[in-house]
Amino acid sequence: MNSPVPPRRKTWSLNSRATRGLIFQAIAIVLIAAGLWFLANNMQENMRVRGIQSGFDFLNMPAGFDIGESLIAYEPDQSYGRAIWVGVLNTLKVAVVGIVLTTIIGVAIGVGRFSRNALVRGLCYGYVELFRNVPILLQLLMWYLFFLEILPASNEAWSSAGLVFLSKAGLSFPVPAAGIGHVLSGALAGLVAGWLWRQRVQKRFELTGQDGDRFWVPVALVVVLAIVGWVVAGMPREWNVPEQLAFMVDGGASASAEFLALLIGLVIYTAAFVAEVVRGGIQSVSRGQDEAAAALGLSQRQKMKLVILPQAMRVIIPPLTNQYLNLTKNSSLAVAVGYPDVVSIANTTLNQSGRAVECIAIIMLVYLSTSLSTSVIMNWYNQRMAIKER
Amino acid sequence: MPQTFTPIAARPSPVRITGPIPWIRRNLFADWRSTITTLFMIGLAFYFLPALWRWGLAGAVFGADADACQAARGSGACWGVVTEKYRIIVFGRYPFEEQWRALLATSLMVGGLVLSCIRWFWKPWLAVMWVGILAVFFVLMGGGSFGLSEIRTDLWGGLPLTVMLATLSIFLAFPIAILVALGRRSRLPAIRSACIVYIELIRGVPLISVLFMASFMFPLFMPQGMSIDVLVRVVAGITLFAAAYMAEIIRGGLQAIPKGQLEAADTLGLSYWQTQRKIVLPQALAMVVPSMMNNFISIFKDTSLVTIVSLYELTGALALALNSDVEWRPFKIEAYLFITLIYFIFCFAMSRYSLWVEKQLSASKAR
Amino acid sequence: MTEPIIRFEKVNKWYGNDFHVLRDIDLEVAKGERIVVCGPSGSGKSTLIRCINRLEEHQQGNIIVNGIELTDDIKAIDQVRKEVGMVFQQFNLFPHLTVLENLTLSPMWVGKVPKKEAEERAMQQLQRVRIAEQASKYPLQLSGGQQQRVAIARALCLTPKIMLFDEPTSALDPEMIKEVLDVMIELANQGITMICVTHEMGFAKAVADRVIFMDQGQIVEQNKPHEFFNNPQNERSRDFLSKILGH
Repeated sequence: MNSPVPPRRKTWSLNSRATRGLIFQAIAIVLIAAGLWFLANNMQENMRVRGIQSGFDFLNMPAGFDIGESLIAYEPDQSYGRAIWVGVLNTLKVAVVGIVLTTIIGVAIGVGRFSRNALVRGLCYGYVELFRNVPILLQLLMWYLFFLEILPASNEAWSSAGLVFLSKAGLSFPVPAAGIGHVLSGALAGLVAGWLWRQRVQKRFELTGQDGDRFWVPVALVVVLAIVGWVVAGMPREWNVPEQLAFMVDGGASASAEFLALLIGLVIYTAAFVAEVVRGGIQSVSRGQDEAAAALGLSQRQKMKLVILPQAMRVIIPPLTNQYLNLTKNSSLAVAVGYPDVVSIANTTLNQSGRAVECIAIIMLVYLSTSLSTSVIMNWYNQRMAIKER
Repeated sequence: MPQTFTPIAARPSPVRITGPIPWIRRNLFADWRSTITTLFMIGLAFYFLPALWRWGLAGAVFGADADACQAARGSGACWGVVTEKYRIIVFGRYPFEEQWRALLATSLMVGGLVLSCIRWFWKPWLAVMWVGILAVFFVLMGGGSFGLSEIRTDLWGGLPLTVMLATLSIFLAFPIAILVALGRRSRLPAIRSACIVYIELIRGVPLISVLFMASFMFPLFMPQGMSIDVLVRVVAGITLFAAAYMAEIIRGGLQAIPKGQLEAADTLGLSYWQTQRKIVLPQALAMVVPSMMNNFISIFKDTSLVTIVSLYELTGALALALNSDVEWRPFKIEAYLFITLIYFIFCFAMSRYSLWVEKQLSASKAR
Repeated sequence: MTEPIIRFEKVNKWYGNDFHVLRDIDLEVAKGERIVVCGPSGSGKSTLIRCINRLEEHQQGNIIVNGIELTDDIKAIDQVRKEVGMVFQQFNLFPHLTVLENLTLSPMWVGKVPKKEAEERAMQQLQRVRIAEQASKYPLQLSGGQQQRVAIARALCLTPKIMLFDEPTSALDPEMIKEVLDVMIELANQGITMICVTHEMGFAKAVADRVIFMDQGQIVEQNKPHEFFNNPQNERSRDFLSKILGH
């Protein structure tokens, strides 16, 4: 007859792992808590003595300083909170444009390392080594200096065809005065149509074995529907064209010299790292895969599309997102070239309001939320795409 | 079917496959696209290289002559700005007569770094040697004893400061990183959470915010009446920053140790700390040397940011040297190129070393 | 005499300027013939069969496969690769695709076969190598022996006239070698032309019509297996056999 299993008795022995673990943790928590309490206490005391106030109420007080460029309307009599929000938007602006450009240039150079032409390979290698081994701050300062020194004053800007102007004040270019919304909606519809087209081609391929065009037709759809959008908007032909005035260039859309210096510096620096990530990814796919695909009769293009790139992408995407985050974090150096990003504005706020702790906390919060959300998305993506093993 | 077998001697290939001409044919003129690219690049070279030569060398001014530089403006580089200002750029505000001390101290530090790269030196007494080097460095730079005049830390600057910040921060961050990496992998939830919070917090924010925190907040954390040197604050900031990244690198190395090693250590009766010290860490650390090297290169470049919190390392010293000197200010670009060269030499050498170590490690693994 | 399906005429290959890896190779393989190529490492045996589907290029001489001469002409190479299947020592399955997707990749994209038909054919081949139940698994979820059998099925999906095996069992643990050899023996008995580089002499004795012994880039001896193993004509062949048959 089976006797019932006796209940496990918990032994509280000093030698048991579980007990030791608990004691160890308890000590650690006490030490950390004590340390934090000590620091917080000192901080309160110091702030009291120096008359520094604390709290986030200062965010509602008027800022009193001007901001060089902003995506939303801003006046110096608006609150600190709004000023910081302007900074956040400026950071996002340079980060998004920067990420797009970095990807294009970085991928091109990374792929160029495998070119058949030795000169192209050498140039790509030289680019990567040169821009990786010099500090980003130094590169930003040089680009900014370049803009300030080489470019002409804004009363005699360089112009190309009287449409695009480049000077110390920045770059001015023509933009359509109206109808942008319609054109973009049309383009968006084109993207959807292109996606549907690709689904159709895939179905037909699976059914009959005949492949169809998967690239040019969607591109054509986007262009055609964008034009349709323009027609629907009433075919607006007015453009906002910049023109050279006595002291400056007025009109059109513009990008300040500070923005351009920051953008170009960040893109050229980060693209060197992206190129290395891309190169590493392509190299990580073993030659055996290449040979097996060739032995099966796949063409060079099919080999790339079906075998090499899917495997390379899995290796490339995580470090690539890391580089995107680095670009975003490096945009904090905007303070050195005078571009009003969130760190720069928070710094001004800090100096004016004296709320050091709160301002630094805001800066850290902005960047932390970006990093953490990207990490979460990246982890989810990695789980989904991971190559399944035993 | 029996055949008579006559051995055939090896012959050289009738069509040369290696050698300069086949190489050129394969790598520069392989197909029509490649040929056009090669010709295009040669064309560009012919267009730009002579102009570069004229500006950089032929028409350049090398002597410390401001007037000649002005005269040559636009057509020739003014390397005279380097000749004239290099001592301020390289040594910052350090007193002129005492700069030999800074030079000696920096050479000592760099020498120590080079020695640390040689495998033979990877023994426990390396840490002791480093304590010695750092002590000598601070005595030489700061003075106040051994008959050397005292020089305040806010006068330190330029290359010595860059090298010191990078080296000292990494040195201090190393033990912290090991502890945090071990803690990150601990089974105890409190320890593990604390380490995760620290790592994710620091890695998620830019270095400049950590430097701001160090600069503005650390004085507030000190008890009443105590003040800390700006240098100490900055070193603390960079150390905290570096330790988080190094902890992740070391964690990668720890994860790569096969479980079988830990089980073998267990059966041999080794305690947790003994296992870590004698079995796990030596292997893990050796594995991550290339990544650590890359991290050191990053930190070395990142020291340039201390300019923003008013410490005049190499990049900041340049601004100091030129911003107030109207005569030489127009030639900032040449001065920038000078320090670009310095950074490039250091970082490129370190990255070459890192690649070499990687090759060594993979060679030892190949059967 | 019917035209041989593979013909090598005075084929020479060099690596670099000086390493003469294939020396004056003359070889004819008849349709349906099963050949085992053996020899010490570095003798050029892998290089020999890799020249057949142009994974390696030869510098001198002619190679004619199924009536098509192998030159730099891409169309000729593609044609040849449709007729020749290859199984690698390292399996080289595509880890990001399931077993079934691995098999249907080439028929769909190169052979322009509709998906359903390609999948049916793939399942047939998987049954042939007795691994049909693993069709929806990923390669790295299978054992070495299973992966190699999938690789054989993948090569068979093209309905090739010639099958090349480059040391197919050398990367396998001993207990898995038998399952792969059994599949290869079955294939051999179904009449497909096979060229196999291997050290498995038992397989050679069971199935081969001819054994070719290579050393230092040359074909030293070729003979029926019975005669080669029992009565090697050449000093070098005797030497080699004593080394590998000794244990």
